[in-house]
Amino acid sequence: MTDSAADIEGLVCPLPLPHNERIVLGHGSGGRMSYELISKTFLPQFDNPILRVADDAASLILSAHDASFSSRLAVSTDSHVVTPLFFPGGDIGRLAICGTVNDVSMLGAMPLYLTAGFILEEGLDVDVLNRVIASMRSTAMQAGVQVIAGDTKVVQNGKADGLYINTTGIGVIPTGVNISGARAQLGDVILISGTIGEHGIAVLAARGELNFESEIQSDMAPLNGLVASMLEVTKDIHVLRDPTRGGLATSLNEIAIQSQVGMLVEEKAIPVKPAVQAACEMLGFDPLYVANEGKLLAIVEQSYAEKLLDCMKNHPLGRDAAIIGTVTEMHEARVKVRTAYGTTRMVDMLSGEMLPRIC
Amino acid sequence: MKYLDEYRDSKLVHTLLDEINHSLTRPWVIMEICGGQTHSIMKHGLDQLLPEGIELVHGPGCPVCVTSQEMVDKALLIASQPGVIFTSYGDMLRVPGSTGDLFSIRASGKDVRVVYSSLDAVKIARENPDKQVVFFAIGFETTAPANAMSVLYAQRLGLSNFSLLVSQVRVPPAMHAILAAPGNRVQGFLAAGHVCTVMGYWEYVPIAHQYKLPVVVTGFEPVDILQGLLSAIRGLENQMYEVSNAYSRVVTYEGNQPAQKIINQVFAECDQKWRGMGNIPGSGWCLKPDFFQFNAEGKYQLSKVVSLESPLCISGKILQGLEKPLDCPAFARQCSPEHPLGATMVSAEGTCSAYYRYGRSK
Repeated sequence: MTDSAADIEGLVCPLPLPHNERIVLGHGSGGRMSYELISKTFLPQFDNPILRVADDAASLILSAHDASFSSRLAVSTDSHVVTPLFFPGGDIGRLAICGTVNDVSMLGAMPLYLTAGFILEEGLDVDVLNRVIASMRSTAMQAGVQVIAGDTKVVQNGKADGLYINTTGIGVIPTGVNISGARAQLGDVILISGTIGEHGIAVLAARGELNFESEIQSDMAPLNGLVASMLEVTKDIHVLRDPTRGGLATSLNEIAIQSQVGMLVEEKAIPVKPAVQAACEMLGFDPLYVANEGKLLAIVEQSYAEKLLDCMKNHPLGRDAAIIGTVTEMHEARVKVRTAYGTTRMVDMLSGEMLPRIC
Repeated sequence: MKYLDEYRDSKLVHTLLDEINHSLTRPWVIMEICGGQTHSIMKHGLDQLLPEGIELVHGPGCPVCVTSQEMVDKALLIASQPGVIFTSYGDMLRVPGSTGDLFSIRASGKDVRVVYSSLDAVKIARENPDKQVVFFAIGFETTAPANAMSVLYAQRLGLSNFSLLVSQVRVPPAMHAILAAPGNRVQGFLAAGHVCTVMGYWEYVPIAHQYKLPVVVTGFEPVDILQGLLSAIRGLENQMYEVSNAYSRVVTYEGNQPAQKIINQVFAECDQKWRGMGNIPGSGWCLKPDFFQFNAEGKYQLSKVVSLESPLCISGKILQGLEKPLDCPAFARQCSPEHPLGATMVSAEGTCSAYYRYGRSK
């Protein structure tokens, strides 16, 4: 009897719902649902021999590289929280890869491996999770890194903003490279790899709270390729830093403190897209303090500056690169900007949250 | 950028500076009213370019700075009540009251939200009928039309869960107070372009005549500010005590009349307490009796509020142009944007914040 199942429906125990569409607390239980989520959602996307072993920890041998790499590793970790999860030019998944790849790259290291920890909010659409993971996968491929370990936890509805991702990155530092925020020296030249402020404005516009629309896309990109090209010009780059939250101004101040130097930046030389400038004028923001996710600051000895600039301009992620200033003696203001009128003003770190002006 | 680059043109700036130098035969003290102008002067370093004879003193035109501490304390009290969504322009969240700021109220789990427009606060009220939504209606003539509009909008929607904590202030009475104060040094005014966009400049004509000084309606870009200064200096040198308009691309004599009509429909003039300057007669706008149900002060028990200012802070003197941030012993020591003792350090338009951000060392 082919349809007997229908006849006895009321007599069998109801099967638990498969919960394929939304994340529920059971997905973080560590049991079968967790196992299925990992094996169906995460593993196929991040698949690689190290991850596939599925032990409690990833086992690595860092001998695959040649003598051009030292035995020094660069390790960085970053937790990624962003609202909304998707915005023009990126999403939290791409951010989670780029953010950590870029931090590792700022020591001149070649990033190799990432770990990824997910905190999922109960009720999260599994489709959303799939899109985020697909984005992580394609960004990781673009950056040439592998995700070799991971973790998933689920928290109650209302206890998180959809999902949070923590990534830790490991990279190897080439022989002869010694990049640090503490190495800026008097007379060094400061370069930026392109226009500033796009990521911050794109995310702000996507939030919709300020009721302004813009076509600005986040600049989010993995910078390890650009860094590798720059190291071909000279291994003796003194400082690299990606000016993320707090923007260019905050990064310059951090470096000035670390290196015990002052800086003088030419306002006119700092590249800003007109759309970003316009949004900042309207909201009362200063592009110097707006976040970037695909830009880097480089500080080098003057003799390398022009060559390095050419190299950056020849790279797709450095087309709008510019020399923006010089490292000076330490002064009370730390970082000064010279305006178009020849006057100077100090540029401090960002203080607290950036808030739109009143009138 | 169009309509902006022209007013930041370096050649034009230097031409205007030359003309200022030529016009000047003796020193003058000129006050720019608006905090936006102060910030522009400091950001572009215009003070470094002016001849020594010109002293700029910075006026009270920062809406956040002049909101009395008593009002901030009232805001803290209302925001702490159960069932309240307290909405405010972002800058107000950092202003210290006697017992903390709105950020700390938010951190303690209360619902405090930043809005960019008062009309957004009405939307929040409509979407949350079971909550009381209070909007902190602060500001000068610039915010008054939109704040008044929010009341009319809420009335049209029939909302009973929306109210304003009103602390509206007006520029002309503050100018009277500054000029009439003993020790006043101000000899000319750059009037605030944005305020005049709404109100026009007819209100300033009696002030220019009574106190015999030039008042120049002035914009915010370097070229605007230098044009305003040049006009004020020429007025002073030639003893022409008139109101002139150096911001005519935006401002007319009459101002924005529909906006003025809305203000007059909802608000009536009243006395207002200014932070650091005390009570100034007729310097505020309060809700008219017709709109009593939208007055947050009527909804909550606020009479017990007693406010204490930091004894170190000299923001009152700064707001009147009597002293400058570098005269304050607490400046950049006990007082910084992270730990502000007074509102002039808090707001993006505050004088102390401008000095802190752009010009701590010269």
